[in-house]
Amino acid sequence: MRLTRTKAAVAGLGLALSLVACGDAGDDESAGVDVEVQEDAGSEFDDGTRMKELADSGEVIIGVKFDQPGIGFKGATDDMPVGFDPELGKVLAASLGIAPEDITWTETISDNREPFLQSGEVDLVLASYSITDERRAVVGQAGPYYVTGQQLLVASDSDIDSLDDVKGTEVCSVTGSTSLENIEAEGATPRGFDTYSECVDQVLSGAVDAMTTDGAILLGYAAEHPDELKVVVEPFSEERYGVGYSLDHPEMCQWIVDTLTAAQEDGTWEEAFAATLGASGVETPEPPAMDECPAA
Amino acid sequence: MELVLSNFDLYLSAFRLTIGLFLVSAVGSLLLGTLLAAMRVGPIAFMSKAATVYITVVRNTPLLIIFVFVIIGLPKLGILFRSVEELGISSFFFRACLALTLYTSTFVAEAIRSGINAVPLGQAEAARAIGLTFGGTMTQVVLPQAFRATVPPLASVFIALLKNTSVAYAFGILEATARMKYFTNISGNDLPIFLIFAAGYVVLVEIISFGANRLERRWRVAR
Repeated sequence: MRLTRTKAAVAGLGLALSLVACGDAGDDESAGVDVEVQEDAGSEFDDGTRMKELADSGEVIIGVKFDQPGIGFKGATDDMPVGFDPELGKVLAASLGIAPEDITWTETISDNREPFLQSGEVDLVLASYSITDERRAVVGQAGPYYVTGQQLLVASDSDIDSLDDVKGTEVCSVTGSTSLENIEAEGATPRGFDTYSECVDQVLSGAVDAMTTDGAILLGYAAEHPDELKVVVEPFSEERYGVGYSLDHPEMCQWIVDTLTAAQEDGTWEEAFAATLGASGVETPEPPAMDECPAA
Repeated sequence: MELVLSNFDLYLSAFRLTIGLFLVSAVGSLLLGTLLAAMRVGPIAFMSKAATVYITVVRNTPLLIIFVFVIIGLPKLGILFRSVEELGISSFFFRACLALTLYTSTFVAEAIRSGINAVPLGQAEAARAIGLTFGGTMTQVVLPQAFRATVPPLASVFIALLKNTSVAYAFGILEATARMKYFTNISGNDLPIFLIFAAGYVVLVEIISFGANRLERRWRVAR
């Protein structure tokens, strides 16, 4: 009897400690940028523009990733996603006079970003969304607001330290992604999974030799497992992240570029980077210059 | 469309992998399924119970969960089946076949059991009367007749297995569905790509149906 009571006490203590730990983690994560919400934003925009409509309605739906630490991540019990993309989403919403708590966050995965934009299910997509000509043919992409490149995530004790070493190894990424295509061209056996987190598990358990995708995403995972994982190889591709919008509203492009340029100039961009991707120890890079918007 | 046609070797190698998954798992589940069916109808109560429990549990588990267990769960316990790599088979391919076999064998076992039940009891009694053991009764008398009655339901099971191989696309196997995702990612126009890959599956399913039909016809005469 006494034994069970001791056990219960230990279990209770453990539970209490883990709750405390959770609380701490939550506090850390809420440290993002403080955005200044524009007042009376509706009057800033011309009638008939999508920005005016959104500002007047006071609501905006933004598509972000939920499974990429540092970029866009939302745990099962979190209210809001955290990461570089959601931070910039808040900046964009603030210029429409919409407070962060009034943004509706929707998870967009790599497959559904174009359909969601086309059907109007989301107003904006900030989801590690690389700008490509093929995508620009079907949706609008303003930016780039961040430039990264494909790298490799390997176990700390791995022998792989140059791109030549991947020949004949098994490398995982998300099925159907450009990263997987690139690594296949390098002579590795591609191992496609549904999500990045499953992929990281494969590296941790030793089932694959490496994981590959944009360096920014890998840094987030390396920061989560600093003892087991490391990021190697100079970036061997260039991924330019853009903000997706619907081609039905071409006027949004200039607004996105202007708002993000302002955020780069007043330091909000750097602040957002330092609070999210910068947490894994990388230096804040120079913000990239953005493309001109196509003539509407 | 041109994208797939100009990379037709990728299309073919993807379907080769699909067929490879299908053939290995089909043979595996036929063997394991027959064994399970024999255990289930057999005279040893413990084995019969064990087979029943296995079939109930695995047949009621979604295939995706079995894949998660074999390909994501087992490696966490350090079970990677690395030894098959010495035979030149990749561990991922082996584990995908294992997941498909574990799952499909339950359906095969039930199909065969229905075939066994279709063999009149007098056949087994006669076999016992001339002194055959349980093993002899099964392999010489009951199973050959049972397999004949089993062809139509087994064809359905194997058609399902062929299509189920597509679940492996999310578990590190670059088979037809994964290759389709590769093409749709590059191209902006998904529909023709989808159709040409669907056509590949239709052809394979038709081959299985055709084979089953021929087999059924040939064995019907012999009965």
